[in-house]
Amino acid sequence: MTEKAPAPLIQFAGVTKRFGALTVLDDFNFEVAPGEKVTLIGPSGSGKSTVLRILMTLEPFQEGRLTLAGMDYQEPGGTGPFKASERHLREIRSHVGMVFQSFNLFPHMSVMRNVAEAPVRVLGLSRDEAQARAVDLLAMVGLADKKDHFPSQLSGGQQQRVAIARALAMRPRVLLFDEPTSALDPQLVGEVLAVIGDLAHEHDLTMLLVTHEMRFAREVSDRVCFFDKGRICEQGSPEAIFTAPSHPRTCEFLASVLR
Amino acid sequence: MPWVSYLPALAQGALVTAWITLAAIAIGAVLAFVAGIARVEGGRAVSTLALCYTELFRGTSLLVQLFWFYYALPLVGISFEPVATGILVLALHVGAYGSEIVRGALTSVSVQQLEAARALNFGRMHTLIHVTLPQAIIEMLPAFGNLAIETLKLSSLVSLISIADLTFRAQSIRNLTLDSAGVYSLTLVGYFAMSLVLMLVMRLIERWARRGAAFPRAAHS
Repeated sequence: MTEKAPAPLIQFAGVTKRFGALTVLDDFNFEVAPGEKVTLIGPSGSGKSTVLRILMTLEPFQEGRLTLAGMDYQEPGGTGPFKASERHLREIRSHVGMVFQSFNLFPHMSVMRNVAEAPVRVLGLSRDEAQARAVDLLAMVGLADKKDHFPSQLSGGQQQRVAIARALAMRPRVLLFDEPTSALDPQLVGEVLAVIGDLAHEHDLTMLLVTHEMRFAREVSDRVCFFDKGRICEQGSPEAIFTAPSHPRTCEFLASVLR
Repeated sequence: MPWVSYLPALAQGALVTAWITLAAIAIGAVLAFVAGIARVEGGRAVSTLALCYTELFRGTSLLVQLFWFYYALPLVGISFEPVATGILVLALHVGAYGSEIVRGALTSVSVQQLEAARALNFGRMHTLIHVTLPQAIIEMLPAFGNLAIETLKLSSLVSLISIADLTFRAQSIRNLTLDSAGVYSLTLVGYFAMSLVLMLVMRLIERWARRGAAFPRAAHS
């Protein structure tokens, strides 16, 4: 079976990102195909979360080029740190969703409103449509009965599942997971991974996952990328990376996390 | 019991004080939100303008502000009724303090909340109205309660631009009767009673805002 490789959905070409004197991404090159599930692993500070935050337009970058579905993040003649207009950034954001380490639900909104608010305010859906969509998604993450609760009444695992439903309600093409289970008590990690694992079967959804859950990464990803010092040091199928890493830094890292 | 005879006049004064205080609080709150939001969300020109307003009115004496608006402004052809002047100046003064409360509360909303709003593609207006403000207002309320009581107490200064408020009435009665102890004791009681009511109302507002499960944390103070 020889399938022609589809054009990449996401393409980093020579992207450099600095925080002051610190270079977080260094001439970074990275491509993601549509529908691909990619896990980013590596020591903290190696730039993996920064890749997600740049894709979500939470952080600008200084050099290089980044495109999403052929759309450049930076506009020619664009101003400000992002070198793009707010309008352009919102156009990009409409294709991308993000799940945060600390959930970041809106504490003053019910679970239902957390999920339905953006579809109403941003996509212009009617309340009824948005709530129907929210009910479906909450059922999918197993929280249909919690729709009238407030975030403070939920466990961390439940909050994170609401956050996943909230991100999905915007129907993004790309969903970014930034250490989605790192803030959870160990016994709550499974329920969140189960939801993410289900999403991994969605053919059209492109997923980028930063995680320290190596066994899970191995199960769900099409590709694993090992980050070190702002670059991808080694990448390949989960099998290749986890069973036969070739780069000494990868071996060292895996040995330290897998013990 | 001579002091009973003071009551009608003092009550009339108290009504004027209550009216000026409530009007100043209402207008001051609007000014506080406009200037506070401008400080945080405005471009450079707008936020500088708001900063100038805040610092000008926080940095000068309320009494001098009252004199300036009452005696100096008419010299360039702008004059208001005394009561309108009193309300306006008091509102500008407490609005300046209130804008700092609004600004502080807005900036205290966590960056994560703003990032979540951005990830959901909220516009700036939606983020402000539906994400930032609802969380910030909860933080503002205790400080606003203090400021409301401060407004009541500061309102006594309007007696010096010939407004017949509680303090003004008290002075007049004392000048007639020379019963300083009786008159001023009653006046203190009057202010205290009014501030108790204000305090109670603010507590109720705070409790109402924190109702339900959204903000489970115990109310401040």
